Amino acid sequence: MTSRRPLVALAGNPNSGKTTLFNALTGSRAKVGNYPGITVDRRVARLELAGRAVDLVDIPGTYSLAARSVDEQIAVEAMLGLQGVERPELIVFCVDAGQPVRGLYLVLQAQEFGLRVAVALTMIDEAKRAAPPARALSAALGCPVVEVDGRRRRGIAELRAMIGQKLAEADAAASDPRAASVPGWRWQPSAELARHLERVRAALPAEWPDLPAMALWALMSVGNGDELRGVPEAVRRAVAAVPPPEAGGRAAGAWIDDEVVTARYAWLDREVAALCEGAPDRSFTERIDRILLHRVAGFAVFLAIMFVVFQSLFTWSDPAISLIESGFAWLGDRTRELLPAGLMADFLVSGVIAGFGSVVVFLPQILLLFFFIGLMEDSGYMARVAYLMDRIMKSMNLHGRAFVPMLSGFACAVPAILATRTMERQRDRLLTMMVVPLMTCSARLPVYTLIIAALFPAGHVFGILPVQGLMMIAMYLFSVVTALAAAWVLSRRVRPLRAVRLPFVIELPPYRLPRLTDVVRMMWERTSFFLREAGTVILACTIALWALLSFPRQTERDGEFQSRIAAAATPEAAAAVEGERDGERLRQSYGGRLGQAIEPAIAPLGFDWKIGVGIIGAFAAREVFISTLGVVYSAGGEVDETSDTLRQHIRAEVREDGRPVYTPLSGLSLMIFFALACQCMSTLAVVKRETGGYRWPLFLFSYMTALAWLVSFAVYQGGRLFGFD
Amino acid sequence: MQGFRAGAKAKGNGTAPHTLDELGRGAEAVVESVGGERPFRRRLMEMGLVPGTAVSLVNVAPLGDPLEIELRSGRLSIRRYEAALVSLRR
Repeated sequence: MTSRRPLVALAGNPNSGKTTLFNALTGSRAKVGNYPGITVDRRVARLELAGRAVDLVDIPGTYSLAARSVDEQIAVEAMLGLQGVERPELIVFCVDAGQPVRGLYLVLQAQEFGLRVAVALTMIDEAKRAAPPARALSAALGCPVVEVDGRRRRGIAELRAMIGQKLAEADAAASDPRAASVPGWRWQPSAELARHLERVRAALPAEWPDLPAMALWALMSVGNGDELRGVPEAVRRAVAAVPPPEAGGRAAGAWIDDEVVTARYAWLDREVAALCEGAPDRSFTERIDRILLHRVAGFAVFLAIMFVVFQSLFTWSDPAISLIESGFAWLGDRTRELLPAGLMADFLVSGVIAGFGSVVVFLPQILLLFFFIGLMEDSGYMARVAYLMDRIMKSMNLHGRAFVPMLSGFACAVPAILATRTMERQRDRLLTMMVVPLMTCSARLPVYTLIIAALFPAGHVFGILPVQGLMMIAMYLFSVVTALAAAWVLSRRVRPLRAVRLPFVIELPPYRLPRLTDVVRMMWERTSFFLREAGTVILACTIALWALLSFPRQTERDGEFQSRIAAAATPEAAAAVEGERDGERLRQSYGGRLGQAIEPAIAPLGFDWKIGVGIIGAFAAREVFISTLGVVYSAGGEVDETSDTLRQHIRAEVREDGRPVYTPLSGLSLMIFFALACQCMSTLAVVKRETGGYRWPLFLFSYMTALAWLVSFAVYQGGRLFGFD
Repeated sequence: MQGFRAGAKAKGNGTAPHTLDELGRGAEAVVESVGGERPFRRRLMEMGLVPGTAVSLVNVAPLGDPLEIELRSGRLSIRRYEAALVSLRR
């Protein structure tokens, strides 16, 4: 494959300035995808060097190549080109000039594999005198070192020139086998370790590089309860054959970790630490932390920031959402005017245009949320959020960083699920995704408003507390409690979500001024990823749901309605008959029949089949429950939660035996069902995209529906036992 | 439940801290060894907590956990039970 562009990888620790450098090198043409089988961003962009074009790929931030989980395994696969990932010709490591040792630890590991590496010494402006001199560091490491300041775009030309030069060397080496790169080990393995390295190396599969470094990777990574993929049984057996130490209590291979990590750090301390003069100046960050991590002021600022994020998603996004909704409604109206009434017009307006609308309507919240996340990540505040909230979040086995997605879940689960990518571990992301949809999102509010207003008295408790307001607050608290309880239970009962005792060691980087272009670029990448990946699923689901609720298109009574409309004396009377007709059509549709078919299942919850139809319609989005009910009750589809007609219909609905369908008890049961059930195809679509399969969205849907059914059942039947009706 | 403030134990009885979680705020010490399960201690060591490394306790989160430590001119956040697995040189 000579026509393919060579691949250059950018690697480094988290917070090493990798993303900024990536953006500085490539301008604005990154394409975001996933690494195979896992939802870790794989950003690739074209890099134009003098005379040739290469692809630059971003390797997820890591501290080591040794891995326990699939997430950590990505780095080694991306560097070596395993598991179908393309192998890079050159790896540029971003090393924070202010604290180079931890970053160079990773470089040493890559050099042990004989990989072609170079170092970009980042944050050179911040480190000042603490930075090791590039020339001396280059001599010590035996690879090029370039000083860069990605934020001010300094040193970029030098870095590009160096990449071009290294690639030319790679070309020369490819045509001259004697120039092949030689693995460079900075330390001598003990006789015993060398013996195990040879033994494990003999067991390595053919597709892995036949190197002592690969054997060492296996010896340090493979072991009891690891979650690595693609490790052959022969390798596992070879690693397991390391005898346990004679003095008991320690794991079999722990001495290997001691020997290797200590030897690498000893070299770094001797050769690199000696080059650095003093520590970087942290007084600026310390002054800010004195406020932001203060036990009173820190939480006050934290709550204020979270309030702004929440407000922006909940309130400030509203004008944009309304604009999009009315824009698509306008488009629908114009289309209806242009096309003859019939199947085609219905399909285009209620299926396609409404479907595009239901995708685009998420953009304001997604853009706003990622704007704030970008600011918090780039400024270093996100690490402080995890630091402040860890105590609370860890008691539910959630990651400290899960706080922002959980909070965003109050606005909408879709952007919140996209925001789980700020967590490095798959397990943390999955657990957060599984509980975020339980938070009271804004689409549930119209449903609650309608039911509360229709069924609960407008009076006050103790003369001051409004009953209806209290009901709303109770629903919010209920959602928080269930989400946290669900996290606690799921992390104990569901194996892939189980809390693994991995150290929660995160860096608290210095505060840095965020670069707006980097933030905007991230917003755009996330949004276009959503449109491309999840948007298509949501569009398809909207069309399918439209078909379900629109076919068959004729009912036996259509002729009767037609003549009544023609005979109507006033336009109002004609509209009333049209409403009646639409209700009849919906009841006769496949969706309507499905609602009737599931009635036995939902009757114990206090719901009749008309509510069942509403629940099916609500899959498009929970608030659609209201307009679907409006059509079912022949009150017209234009009703909203404050509509008096719909409230009257609800109060007037009776069962066959004459008892009212809606009572405060059945209303409560219905609200609880909406609070707990995963009545949202967009959420499921996003979870499917983010987890790369049907397994987790199915699990999410099943457990939430089961939970909703059980709790609603308990509330309704329990209430009846106690004499409520 | 462990002491709410870092160093509560160490300051209380005047003995030198044995483990990183017992270190007083602002105090510095040298790592003797790292305990715990294998992947766990490997990760801690790979982040720079190898025997012989100077480490200091910078701050304690407002809710008492985690701790902010400094080593190799970088700042890390580490949970209290993890810090308890890091023995200090006496």
